[in-house]
Amino acid sequence: MSELIKNSAAVLAAKLAAGEVSAVEVTQAHLDRIADVDGDVNAFLHVNTEEALAVAAGVDKSRAAGEQLHALAGVPIAVKDLIVTVGQPTTAGSKILEGWHSPYDATVVKKLRAARMPILGKTNLDEFAMGSSTEHSAFGPTRNPWDLDRIPGGSGGGSAAAVAAFEAPLALGTDTGGSIRQPGAVTGTVGVKPTYGGVSRYGAIAMASSLDQIGPVSRSVLDSALLHEVIGGHDPFDSTSLPDPVGSLVEAAKRGDVKGLRIGVVKELGGEGYQPGVQARFAEALELLRGAGAEIVEVSCPNFEHALGAYYLIMPSEASSNLAKFDGVRYGLRVLPEDGPMTIERVMGATRAAGFGDEVKRRIILGTYALSAGYYDAYYGSAQKVRTLIQRDFDAAFAQADVLISPTAPTTAFKLGEKLDDPLAMYLNDVATIPANMAGVPGLSLPGGLAEEDGLPVGVQLLAPAREDARLYRVGAVLESLLEEKWGGPLLAQAPVLGGSR
Amino acid sequence: MAEINREDVVHLARLAHIDMGDAELDRMAGELAVIVDAVKAVSAVAGDDVPATSHPIPLSNVFREDVVGHTLTAEQALSGAPDSEDGRFKVPAILDEE
Repeated sequence: MSELIKNSAAVLAAKLAAGEVSAVEVTQAHLDRIADVDGDVNAFLHVNTEEALAVAAGVDKSRAAGEQLHALAGVPIAVKDLIVTVGQPTTAGSKILEGWHSPYDATVVKKLRAARMPILGKTNLDEFAMGSSTEHSAFGPTRNPWDLDRIPGGSGGGSAAAVAAFEAPLALGTDTGGSIRQPGAVTGTVGVKPTYGGVSRYGAIAMASSLDQIGPVSRSVLDSALLHEVIGGHDPFDSTSLPDPVGSLVEAAKRGDVKGLRIGVVKELGGEGYQPGVQARFAEALELLRGAGAEIVEVSCPNFEHALGAYYLIMPSEASSNLAKFDGVRYGLRVLPEDGPMTIERVMGATRAAGFGDEVKRRIILGTYALSAGYYDAYYGSAQKVRTLIQRDFDAAFAQADVLISPTAPTTAFKLGEKLDDPLAMYLNDVATIPANMAGVPGLSLPGGLAEEDGLPVGVQLLAPAREDARLYRVGAVLESLLEEKWGGPLLAQAPVLGGSR
Repeated sequence: MAEINREDVVHLARLAHIDMGDAELDRMAGELAVIVDAVKAVSAVAGDDVPATSHPIPLSNVFREDVVGHTLTAEQALSGAPDSEDGRFKVPAILDEE
C-alpha cells in the first residue's frame, strides 16, 4: 500500500504543485487501493481506470509545460452513482438503469473535469438514494471499513466508505434527508449538505426535488471546503440554483476561531433515543468548543418532532412523480409481460416490477397514496405546512445562535440486515438530519470520536442559516483540530487495517 | 384519517404501473399501514393559518435568455432507449386491440 493514499486532498494538492509527486502516481495509488480492498468494502460500482489515468497524465504534462492549473488538478475523486457521467455507466443502484450511459455530464461533473480532477469511478448507494444503509442497492451492500459486518450509512454509503477506506481522498454525495451526513457520521468522515440551490443538481437523478442537494465527502473539513468551492455556484441549467457566488469557504476553514460565536444546542435533537456513546462524545465536543471561546446556548425547535413524519410524506410524494419517467421507453430496462396483450401499460407494469427494488416500490406506492385525490390536503398539503413551521423554528433558533449543533445520527453503525425488515426503524436514523433538508439550510457532519460501548464512530452535526455555509467550515475546522489534538491524529488512524497488502 | 388497506395498495400499484403478486401486495399493505400510522399525525399539526412551503428557498420567474443553446442530438437522446426506429422512440401498442 502506498502511503500516498493517507494524505488529505489539500496535502496531495500541495505535493502535486511542488512536483514532489505526479498526478499519475497519485491516481494509480488510489486505483491500486481500490483493487486491494474494494472486494471487501464494495464501495465502487464502476472503476474508471483508463480515463482517470489519462486525465492524470494530461495534468502532469500541462504542469511540466508550466501551464496554470486549478489547485485540485490531479487530485482524484469518486462520484456517487446517482450523478450522471459521460463515458461511465450510471445505475442509481437500480436494475432499471443497469448498463445505462448518460449522453450528458452533470454540471458538477463538468466542473470536476474543468478542474482536471481524475474521476476514479462511481460509488454504491441505496437504490435511487432511498435508504440509510446502502443495503437497498441492487448491486449488493457496501460495508463499513470500521467493521465489515456493519452498514456504512446511506444512501451515500459508497462515497463515505471509499473515502474512509482511503480508496479516494474526495467524493461527491447527494443528501435528501441525510444521505451525505449520516454516512459521514458512521464511517468517521466529513460530509456536507450545502444550502439548497448552492450546488447545481443538473444531472443528479432526482428523488425529491424540493429536498435533494449534491455536496462534498472527504476526510477533513478543509478538503470539503476545497471541493465545495469547485462544485458550487450558479448554474442556468438548474432553475433552483441560487444566483449567489459560492463564498470563501476555504478561507473560513482556515480561519480557525470560534471566540464569541454563539453555538445553539437543539434540545429536540438529543437525549432519549440517542445511544449513550453518542451523547458522551457530543457533550465532549461542546466542552471543547466552550473551551475555545464559543458561547453554548440551548435552543428549542418544537416542530422538529414532526419533521420525520412530514418528510416521509413529502419525499415519497416527490419521488413517486420523479420516478414515473422510468417507463421502459426512454432509457434503461424494458421487460415484456409473459403473456396477454403487449400494450405499453402492461410493459410498464412488468418493467417497473422487475426493475425497482422493495424500498423504491414502497416509496412510490406511499407517495402515490399521499398525492391521491381526497388525501392530498391531509397528507402532502399538511406536510408542507409543517415545513413552514420547521423553517420558523430555524429562524427563531438562528436569532439566538450563529450555528446549531447536534449529534448527526442517534446511533453508531448498525449491523447489516438488522433493520432491513423494519422500514420505520430504518427511517428513524435520519431524525437529526432531516430538518436541514426541510428548511434548505446547510449542514456538516464531522467525526466526534468513538462510542465507548462499541468503538464505532460518532458524528457531530453543525447547521447554519441558508447561504451561511462558511460558518460550518469555520466551526467545523476548529472542532476538528481540537479533537485531533486530543486523539493525537485523525480518527481514521484508529480504524482497523483493511485487506490486501496490509 | 383513513388507514391504508390491501385494496388501496392494489389500486395504487395499478396507478403507479408496478405489477405486484399476491404475496407482495400482502407484505406491502402491512408495511405501509405501519408507516402511514406513524406519519398520519402530521395532518393535525398545523392550523389553517399556516401557509404551505413547497420549496425551501423559493425563486420565481427563472428564465434564461431566449437564444438557441446546446441540446442533445436525436441520436444522443435515443442512445439509452430499449428500442428505437427512424430517429424516434419505439413504443409498444398504446391501445389494446382486443
